Amino acid sequence: MSILVIAEHDNSSLTPATLNVVAAAKAIGGDIDVLVAGENCGAVAEAAAKAEGVAKVLVADNAAYGHFLGENLGELVAELGKGYSHILAAAGTTGKDFMPRVAALLDVAQVSDIIRVESEDTFVRPIYAGNAIATVKATDSIKVVTVRPTGFDPVEADSGSASVEQVDVVKDAGLSSFAGEEKAKSDRPDLASAGIVISGGRGMQNGENFKMLEQVADLLGAGMGASRAAVDAGFVPNDMQVGQTGKIVAPQLYIAVGISGAIQHLAGMSESKVIVAINKDEEAPIFQVADYGLVADLFEAVPQLEEELKKVL
Amino acid sequence: MKVLVAVKRVIDYNVKVRVKPDNTGVDLANVKMAMNPFCEIAVEEAVRLKEKGIATEIVVVSIGPKACQEQIRTALALGADRGIHIEADEEVQSLDAAKLLKAVVEKEEPKLVILGKQSIDSDNNQTGQMLAALTGMGQGTFASEVVVDGEKVNVTREVDGGLMTVSLNLPAVVTTDLRLNEPRYASLPNIMKAKKKPLDVMSPADLGVEIAARLTTLKVEAPAARSAGIKVADVAELVDKLKNEAKVI
Repeated sequence: MSILVIAEHDNSSLTPATLNVVAAAKAIGGDIDVLVAGENCGAVAEAAAKAEGVAKVLVADNAAYGHFLGENLGELVAELGKGYSHILAAAGTTGKDFMPRVAALLDVAQVSDIIRVESEDTFVRPIYAGNAIATVKATDSIKVVTVRPTGFDPVEADSGSASVEQVDVVKDAGLSSFAGEEKAKSDRPDLASAGIVISGGRGMQNGENFKMLEQVADLLGAGMGASRAAVDAGFVPNDMQVGQTGKIVAPQLYIAVGISGAIQHLAGMSESKVIVAINKDEEAPIFQVADYGLVADLFEAVPQLEEELKKVL
Repeated sequence: MKVLVAVKRVIDYNVKVRVKPDNTGVDLANVKMAMNPFCEIAVEEAVRLKEKGIATEIVVVSIGPKACQEQIRTALALGADRGIHIEADEEVQSLDAAKLLKAVVEKEEPKLVILGKQSIDSDNNQTGQMLAALTGMGQGTFASEVVVDGEKVNVTREVDGGLMTVSLNLPAVVTTDLRLNEPRYASLPNIMKAKKKPLDVMSPADLGVEIAARLTTLKVEAPAARSAGIKVADVAELVDKLKNEAKVI
């Protein structure tokens, strides 16, 4: 068996999720190659070559791949992937965009968002917003699979020494072009990879009150999240949303503040190692998954938390 | 221009999902079904394009058992002009759905195809992208804004870390994300009018597509329940537990 992992990156650095995808590839077993497709992405290729268990890094460095457009990546990966038994990518917005194109061009099914590998052709994935877990067997000769990063512990980032090989396949489908982007500005760790996440819900009452959480987040070096209720109410932007329709996170510590614990939120954070819930409603479903629950008014508890943390950190 | 919208009949999003005791799937007997929420957003976007004078005709298509016609009628009540029902009682997986939709695209020649980014049952997030690849169209996935500009459409996409805008040649495929719009409710007069709008029924064979599942579901289980922990009395105890018991800070 041979597995092609498509690296997720921003042309300058490899996103940590790629190491989790390599771990999924190791669980399948076989030779693992990594494709880095981008523009001026040499540093990413070097980083990928150091990942544990990688045999070879293929680099497709061309302006056509600079913005990771699904039309161009789809054609490239479909062509390079033909010789492999498996093609894997992280189930982030880039992988979700181009991988189904790869599957369609190869006339095979895709298995989306796997959280476990049972065997080379059998995978476990959540369905119905995490309310059911399906075990699925893929019957096609090439398995196209997207991987939920939090389902796998990452491989080591710097224990490998793979060879790096340039590929000069240029696929510009000519269907789409990049027209701009708006990156969320934040000095905090990225929500998906942060070791600690603190999230606010409808109980925060407005966007201004999220500043209280920011102060705690800064003390802990935590990423900031929110429930869908808080996003729908307009308190904070959508990219902070944790849940089935937002980001899936699994940090060491997850602190839910003023979040009731709707099923769609739980689907996005219940794999966290330790969960803390602060809510004034002791019947809130969030307490059923919390390791430590504090029934309290968040407007008193959060400032106290900040003070207590200052004492011990 | 003509807009094609694909909609899927799924379990209503307010219904508590229960896994069948024999682990073969999710219990759908006597459960309320509805249009997939992301598909409602797709219909709404098409109707808004028509209200702006950009779309001239909205064709809505659904694949599945006869009961899907309820969701097609809902879309017609919301403002779509006519419906196509591709009747299939067996499970239709994403790749076959994309092949069926490709056949419809070839017949109808829409300038824009709008779909939900995923259905809330299988959570695959595949059909729109597969359709775009099979028809050689560009795609604007996870859209939060759609602006038609002459022979192009600019789609702002919800991506990890922010927003990204792509410019696509028409015809193109757009898949909807939550913030694209807020779907309206159908009014009673429009529900009545929708009953008279044309609805064609065809089979996969009529479209030259053979349904062949590539993925076999071996079992479906309820997720492992996480057990509740303890309640702490105050913030000081919480911080003490996090530092000395859980050792996570």
